[in-house]
Amino acid sequence: MKFGLYGFLFAMWGLIIIGGGIMVVLLGPFTIQQFGNFHWIIASGIKVAIALILVVIWILILSKLKNWIFKKELNS
Amino acid sequence: MIDLILPAIISCILAFFVVYFTTPPLIKILTKKNYVVKDMNKKENVMVARPGGISIILGIVVSEIVLYGFFQLNEILAIIITTTAAFVIGYVDDRKVMGGWFKPVTLAIAALPIIFLGVYDSDLAFPLFGDVQIPLLYLGLIVFMIPITGNTINSIDVLNGVASGFMIIASFTLSICLFILQNYEIAIISLPLGFVSLAFYKYHKIPSKIFPGDSGALTFGAMYGVIAIIGGVEIIAAIALLPAVINSFLFLSSVKRVVEHRQIKGKPVEHTDDFKLKATNEKTAPITLVRLILAGGPLTEKQVGFAIFKLAIFSSALAIITAFMMAVSL
Repeated sequence: MKFGLYGFLFAMWGLIIIGGGIMVVLLGPFTIQQFGNFHWIIASGIKVAIALILVVIWILILSKLKNWIFKKELNS
Repeated sequence: MIDLILPAIISCILAFFVVYFTTPPLIKILTKKNYVVKDMNKKENVMVARPGGISIILGIVVSEIVLYGFFQLNEILAIIITTTAAFVIGYVDDRKVMGGWFKPVTLAIAALPIIFLGVYDSDLAFPLFGDVQIPLLYLGLIVFMIPITGNTINSIDVLNGVASGFMIIASFTLSICLFILQNYEIAIISLPLGFVSLAFYKYHKIPSKIFPGDSGALTFGAMYGVIAIIGGVEIIAAIALLPAVINSFLFLSSVKRVVEHRQIKGKPVEHTDDFKLKATNEKTAPITLVRLILAGGPLTEKQVGFAIFKLAIFSSALAIITAFMMAVSL
């Protein structure tokens, strides 16, 4: 079980680094110009929505990973 | 840099010795007033004083006030106000059983001084890739961060010495990372948290003479969260806290709602005849970090505590690697 937990920690760390990459490279530079003075609010809203979707995807990946690691560990 | 050494030494000595010397009389007073709870993981009927949050907050406030005398930084005021508010919230929960909503909502309110004092940078720094500007989203992050760190530390306070021992490892890691990132003032401001935890661990380690209670755990977690925000090391702080985050994640993903531990029906852990801890097979019981550690077989309370500390050291190493990665840009 010990190695499973260390593996899970390492996987979470990797997902945080990758998530950061997506935030900085894709989400950060995202802008909208068509909505006059409110363009930054709309752009922020879209960024928040995408960030929340990413969080949900990350949680699903972690859940699957958790089940896979610990089932494998228990079967060994 | 030399100017910072004297305040650092004075505040660390004060943080350590205020807790070291106030905890024994606090144990006596709490025991005399019958503010004691049963230690559930002991064979005998052992009663332990609670809450130890009183000496913890005293150590933090005294050392931070001294630091404020040297630096006059709003960041220190944010630490004092938010951490004291978290202590009060925890103390109310120690004295009176509150609903599951109480701590998250009130801790979110306790985070507001960070916003009002303007002691944050809305750029979120990631390793390898640089910063991302999220002015609006960051305000939400501040309001969420304090309840998350507070409740995360609270959720790991399940065995003798674990919350304070874990806090020693995580908070000193955060201070080291702040030094690596050359954020010296915040690094020094963060040091009292480690020394307060270290002094409290002397009385909290197995066999515990005092429990921190919600007031102590929330004080630890809230101060850790404030340091992460004012130091701009949110990601590093989250990584150093990963074993406790995993505990909360496993708990929430198995229970699927925000709920107080006392409201859970199934027991995740039980005792063997020789009073070792053993994972149960109850399907209604939540999956917790301790339950997963025990999946390999029964262990003593001390062995489980050390298993958690080893995980904390591993995640601290990852946090320090991440701090070095902050200087690298792809």
